[in-house]
Amino acid sequence: MTLGVSAANVTLDYGDTRAVDDLSFTLDGGKIHGLLGRNGSGKTSLVSLIAAFRRPTSGTITVGGRQPFENAEVTPDICLIREAGDVFESDTVKRVLKFAATFRPRWDARLAERLVERFELPERKRVTSLSRGMRSALGVVLGLAARAPVTIFDEVHLGMDAPSRYAFYEELLDDYLAHPRTVILSTHLIEEVSSLLEEVLIIDKGRLVTHGPADELKERGVAVTGRTADVEAFTRGMEILNTQRLGGTTRITVFGSMDDGRRRKAAEAGLELGPVPLQDLVVHLTGRERSGDDDA
Amino acid sequence: MFDDRSPIYRQIAEHIKAEILSGELAEDSQVMSTNQYAAAYRINPATAAKGLRQLIDDGILYKRRGIGMFVSPDAHDKLRTASRDRFFDDVVDPMVEQALTIGIPLDDVVEHIQRKDGKST
Repeated sequence: MTLGVSAANVTLDYGDTRAVDDLSFTLDGGKIHGLLGRNGSGKTSLVSLIAAFRRPTSGTITVGGRQPFENAEVTPDICLIREAGDVFESDTVKRVLKFAATFRPRWDARLAERLVERFELPERKRVTSLSRGMRSALGVVLGLAARAPVTIFDEVHLGMDAPSRYAFYEELLDDYLAHPRTVILSTHLIEEVSSLLEEVLIIDKGRLVTHGPADELKERGVAVTGRTADVEAFTRGMEILNTQRLGGTTRITVFGSMDDGRRRKAAEAGLELGPVPLQDLVVHLTGRERSGDDDA
Repeated sequence: MFDDRSPIYRQIAEHIKAEILSGELAEDSQVMSTNQYAAAYRINPATAAKGLRQLIDDGILYKRRGIGMFVSPDAHDKLRTASRDRFFDDVVDPMVEQALTIGIPLDDVVEHIQRKDGKST
């Protein structure tokens, strides 16, 4: 079962601060989405709205066509894991898992058990005594074993060391392949997850910057390498993200689609065209020079 | 065919092509499923599907509904022809360019090749 998520002109204010600003988008169900943006861009606020932790100030959020806020028919289908964990701190790991099993209708106890072993979680220890990495791992277990049709991880894996993060990516992908569902990964560790993502949603200052297939976005970034004069001539008039020089060789990274005609021209001019990491594109799209262009 | 835009799905396509060329994947044999490729390469299944779709579009693989994807009967010949067509562009020209850059006379290169040829026959 997969559920879509949509937002129509959603705004969320905290007092005078606008955290989410007139966001509209539709996520089809059953994909792995990356919610990307800088710290403070509104990622956590947005996922809190989707998961019914908060009610929008205005606009409408729907999950599977229904509004989730205080809606007991929808909320069991949504699982948001935040870095803080949202568990009873004084409980043991074992108790936290037992509790989750009682209120998660699709809880897979076997998977939970296997993950606890893989992440070497001490079941008898209280949550308060866990290291940051262990708390994150506990969040991962809760999020994956819940098998919620809408599963959201909000920067949970930041506290984990690299081997644990890769274990998380592996488990997430394997479980997603076996049980397709709507996954939203909110993160700023973009490069690590970029190959997992089918779609990306980039937000900045509470607003939607871009939304679409990850492959399409990646194709819009091209690194042009060759002799300085040739590269400069070729990229003239294009949106330039970055320029690097090494002796007589220059690499200019441009943002914009490049059709086959232009690619042929580049080949004829002896220029090399290469892909650009998703991270670099996001940095550019949410950088200072671009953000705030409408309220400056 | 200058598709350097998404390295991962191209890698999958190239990997399968190499296996067909080397004979590891025989004609009419089944290739792994999209999900198996996704798990093996640790990528989103949509990306894996893109690599496989490209091979189907090029006639290298064919689909059997509900069963899976298989190597086309003429895939091996097709790939050999395509590789031969590109051999001089992809392999010989860069070699010549490099030889000239580092000052190796082309006569020496030719001699070397002929010596290799003498050994192999």
